Amino acid sequence: MGYGRDMRWLCGLLVLLVLAPPLLGNNYYLTVLTMCCLNAMIAVGLSLLVGHAGQISLGHAGFYGLAAYTTAALSTTLGVPVGLSMLAGVGVTSGVAALVGLPALKLKGHYLAMATLGFGVILSILFNETVAVTGGPSGFTGIPRLSLFGVEFTSDLSVYYFIIAILGLVVWLSFNILHSRVGRALRALHTSEKAAQAMGIDIARYKLFIFIVSAAFAGLAGVLYAHYLTFIAPASFGFLFSVQLIVMVVLGGMTSVPGSIVGAFFLTVLPEFLRAFESIEILLFGGILVLCMMYLPDGLAGGFHRLWRLLGRLVYVRHSGEDNG
Amino acid sequence: MAEPLLLCTDVGVRFGGLQALSGVDLVAGQGEITAVIGPNGAGKTTLINAISGMVAAERGTFRLGADDITLAPAHERSRLGLVRTFQNLEIFSNMTVLENVMTGCHARLRIGAWQSLLHTRASQAMEKTIRNEALEVLDFVGLFELAKYAAKDLPFGKQRLLELARALGARPRLLLLDEPAAGLNMSETQVLADLILRAREHFNLSIVLVEHDMDLVMRISDQVLVLCFGQAISRGTPAQVQRDPHVISAYLGDDED
Repeated sequence: MGYGRDMRWLCGLLVLLVLAPPLLGNNYYLTVLTMCCLNAMIAVGLSLLVGHAGQISLGHAGFYGLAAYTTAALSTTLGVPVGLSMLAGVGVTSGVAALVGLPALKLKGHYLAMATLGFGVILSILFNETVAVTGGPSGFTGIPRLSLFGVEFTSDLSVYYFIIAILGLVVWLSFNILHSRVGRALRALHTSEKAAQAMGIDIARYKLFIFIVSAAFAGLAGVLYAHYLTFIAPASFGFLFSVQLIVMVVLGGMTSVPGSIVGAFFLTVLPEFLRAFESIEILLFGGILVLCMMYLPDGLAGGFHRLWRLLGRLVYVRHSGEDNG
Repeated sequence: MAEPLLLCTDVGVRFGGLQALSGVDLVAGQGEITAVIGPNGAGKTTLINAISGMVAAERGTFRLGADDITLAPAHERSRLGLVRTFQNLEIFSNMTVLENVMTGCHARLRIGAWQSLLHTRASQAMEKTIRNEALEVLDFVGLFELAKYAAKDLPFGKQRLLELARALGARPRLLLLDEPAAGLNMSETQVLADLILRAREHFNLSIVLVEHDMDLVMRISDQVLVLCFGQAISRGTPAQVQRDPHVISAYLGDDED
């Protein structure tokens, strides 16, 4: 629970991510790792919203896509500098989240899930049908590469380092939220909205706040994705991806930020490893998920925690055994 | 009677076709303990809900000190110093005991959200203040040793104390207690009664209390309001109320029946 421990964890993660590329060998693995970081960015925001505040969203792929298309259209079609168009992409996403969240967050449970699902589907249709702006189902091509203040990130490796810096920022902000009165307010309204109100917490405001924050994190991932791949298509931002994002959070362990990052990495990497099995790939994928949920009901983070405690006990038993002998 | 702190006039609450409360007046004096009693279904909890803003009153006005709170939402009323506990415990089960009480301090010890987001010095200092004040309150109710435990692991009696501690963390002017002794045994009720009296002194509180335990009510309250079928049928000191024939018939039934 300690802030210091979480900060050490964050530093460890960043060191690992910085050192990883030379060990990977080829460029394909670097692409997978970059995708892992982008998905982790969204999953962290979603774990704040779903795991901590207890508000479900099945429309986060929509926010991800909205940001990607906004920056793509601004920078490619209108020639806005990339740095500015990325800011605009995140800004537009946050603004839309505010507009959607204001009425939607009055709903609870399944109803909120349905409302956000509907929103995601509407965006998905827009990406497909507004061909003049988005390029329709065949995608948006020729997006400029990431560049800031006139400096272009020419290599994939430099983009990767920029992305892990942003991921670090996102995780840092998330830990700050969780270890503050804001985090307590979110957890309070998760368990009892009545009691939260009785303690003077403006629950509508906090729900909206965390909805916008999590949408903004998805937006950050979206703009980075667009300028990293330089090509986007509606298929990447559909309902299926929204569900995958939720699975990442649940698999990682609902209320754990590190867990949701591990969940995102796991779920992004797993299909790549299963590709060798070709026709039964999706079967294995589903099977692994079912097994995870059966034996790790509190997610990978919870499973790791239990394993750690078990090891601790074993070491303790051995030591006390030696003392007696 | 003392200077009034809470003044509810002509309160009416309707649930569909059921008139849960009609024309109820409640005055809670500064520094006093005002008990609301009545048979089951008399509308006691509904009155607490209406005062705390969790149920919309169809009629009536509410004043807390100089503030008219009739139109204020629940969280706003809490910020103005009107804090309640719940009959069916509403502990934050996903937090530790300490964090529960720290959440109680939420509205009182505040700082801009961006400060929390950026973990600024001011935010860290505020967290420290909140923690210390919460520990003080835990010490006051006797839960100091349990601060680090998960709130959901506490036995029922201790969870009741935790609810009280969380409410005290908000340093209310007026504390609304909804059946604080429900589910407690006799010795626990005894401890609670002493605690309520001590809290009134220590935190300079005024208290409105809904309670079924007559011994507790008669022992600690200064004023009693008796509800029956949504209407006030008697009010006065405990001794006056106990002698009132209306009250006796409401609890025991009329002779004619």
